[in-house]
Amino acid sequence: MSRLVVASIGPASSVQDGGRLGAQRYGLTVSGAMDRLSLAAANTLVGNAPFAAAVEIGPFGAAFTARDGAVRVAISGAPRNADVAGNPVAMDTSVTLKDGETLTLGFARGGAFTYLAIEGAITGELVFGSLAVNARAGLGSPYPRPLQAGDEFSVAAASGASELRIELPRPLSGPIRVLLGPQDDEFDDANKALFLGSEWKISATSDRMGYRLEGPAIKHLHGHNIVSDGTVNGSIQVPGNGTPIALMMDRGTSGGYPKIATVITADIGRLAQTSAGTAFRFKAVSMAEAQDEARKFAQAIRTLPDRLRAADTVALNIEALSDANVAGHAVNAVDAGTWQVTAEP
Amino acid sequence: MAATLPPPRLLPSGDSAVTVEFSRTIDEDANQRVLALDKALAASPIDGITETVPTYRSLLVHYDPCQIGFDALGEKLLPIAIQPPPPVTKARRWRIPVAYGGEHGIDLDDVAKALSTTPDDIVARHAGGDYKVAMIGFTPGWSYLSGLDKSLHMSRRQNPRLLTPAGTISIGGVQAGIQCLAAPSGWHLLGRTPVRTYQLHRNPTFLTEPGDRVTFFAIDHKTFEELDRAAEAGEIIAEQVDA
Repeated sequence: MSRLVVASIGPASSVQDGGRLGAQRYGLTVSGAMDRLSLAAANTLVGNAPFAAAVEIGPFGAAFTARDGAVRVAISGAPRNADVAGNPVAMDTSVTLKDGETLTLGFARGGAFTYLAIEGAITGELVFGSLAVNARAGLGSPYPRPLQAGDEFSVAAASGASELRIELPRPLSGPIRVLLGPQDDEFDDANKALFLGSEWKISATSDRMGYRLEGPAIKHLHGHNIVSDGTVNGSIQVPGNGTPIALMMDRGTSGGYPKIATVITADIGRLAQTSAGTAFRFKAVSMAEAQDEARKFAQAIRTLPDRLRAADTVALNIEALSDANVAGHAVNAVDAGTWQVTAEP
Repeated sequence: MAATLPPPRLLPSGDSAVTVEFSRTIDEDANQRVLALDKALAASPIDGITETVPTYRSLLVHYDPCQIGFDALGEKLLPIAIQPPPPVTKARRWRIPVAYGGEHGIDLDDVAKALSTTPDDIVARHAGGDYKVAMIGFTPGWSYLSGLDKSLHMSRRQNPRLLTPAGTISIGGVQAGIQCLAAPSGWHLLGRTPVRTYQLHRNPTFLTEPGDRVTFFAIDHKTFEELDRAAEAGEIIAEQVDA
């Protein structure tokens, strides 16, 4: 066995996988990767199942060192500078760290979360089929909390396989698509139009539980207390102060505020990767379109292995251009240590 | 065949879940229908449903849109959802020990003052209630109870607390609750129970199920400490009786 040691890491970084399904009826939070496509891409690069446990790295930098042997890893998600001993490592590629070598990652240049998958995957004690960290409930393995310098993973020795890159579908741009409901009838037409017609920004007081949306205050028709009912990833609830909160992976399984809309499955990762302070809009779509997009999204994840290429072949120019554009984004200046959303039953 | 009931509303919760809503308010009949639909789906699963989450007035049905679409699922759900719920024949009943007041129930005196009575009277009314677990949610094991005595209905706190202790027994609006883990809350804290409704390495991990009946009884603070140690060691200290 080799070890991968966390040499340094910022806040809001933790082990995540596909999430903890099947016990929401007992209040058990689902958790899991904020950007499932990027998790799946990183895992696919090193031959893991798409939703195997990997390191979700928050907006700040991180470094990982191989010990007791070589370790093969891959990175995907929010773009950042990466290198091993001064040699650059491109996003969406695999790289093998020799014993003692360190992979160093800079701040996210746009977006928030980058995934580091390890060949053979992170192992630990499964709870409801998942290793995903939910710090509030003290769940997750091997560390039931955000990662810290000095943490380490016991991993398989590197296979020696040739390095790969993955040609991901071009990232979508444009509005974040939502389905109205389930409680859109708690809002009048003017307030629904205000929600759909306004520019929004993700507040710095956001975290894996929920993204607060800065923009105009949305008013309710009948007050903000509804009887608590179930929530899903992407539920956009509107509390009494009118500031919508998009519920993310560490959401409570139920909530007592009206939910004006729900982000479609295919766009939740895009919302998760929207930097604090970046302006964006929502757009309502039909159920038929949302479910069609959800099926395409599932298909895109299933067919990721078809997108693997030898690392030494040249990427399409269009991809390089697109990456260069992303790279032009300002550094996400969120103080992740302050990310906190309060909620109550 | 018995007459059918009015159909629930099928509210889209995104592209992979539907809220089957039987009522907009807390309603015992609606909750019976929620739990009956939940049981029926567990007994005869519909392909594509991945998980169900019962709440006071609605059943949240998670599904995989690659396996079944919204309309097709609705067509399968509605005929089941309009059936009258079977009469409840037997439910588990839990007797839950509670250390009321003092450091364990810091709002007991204020609640008594607000309702112009004594703390002892509040304890008698709360412990004298016959409750049902209507739903579990928010955080692991957080059991929302229906059946709170009308004289104890009062608005939630103006300023929610950012952290309330594990085991908190509280009331909020028309609801009563058993909280398992430390969590934020705007409810009024009457006491604490050493009972863990959720404990990871215990069998069962989750003690309560929607539909279970619950009663409370008062214990002194010394008994709380003893039971708390036993519970921490994995013992199930709630008393189970047949209803």
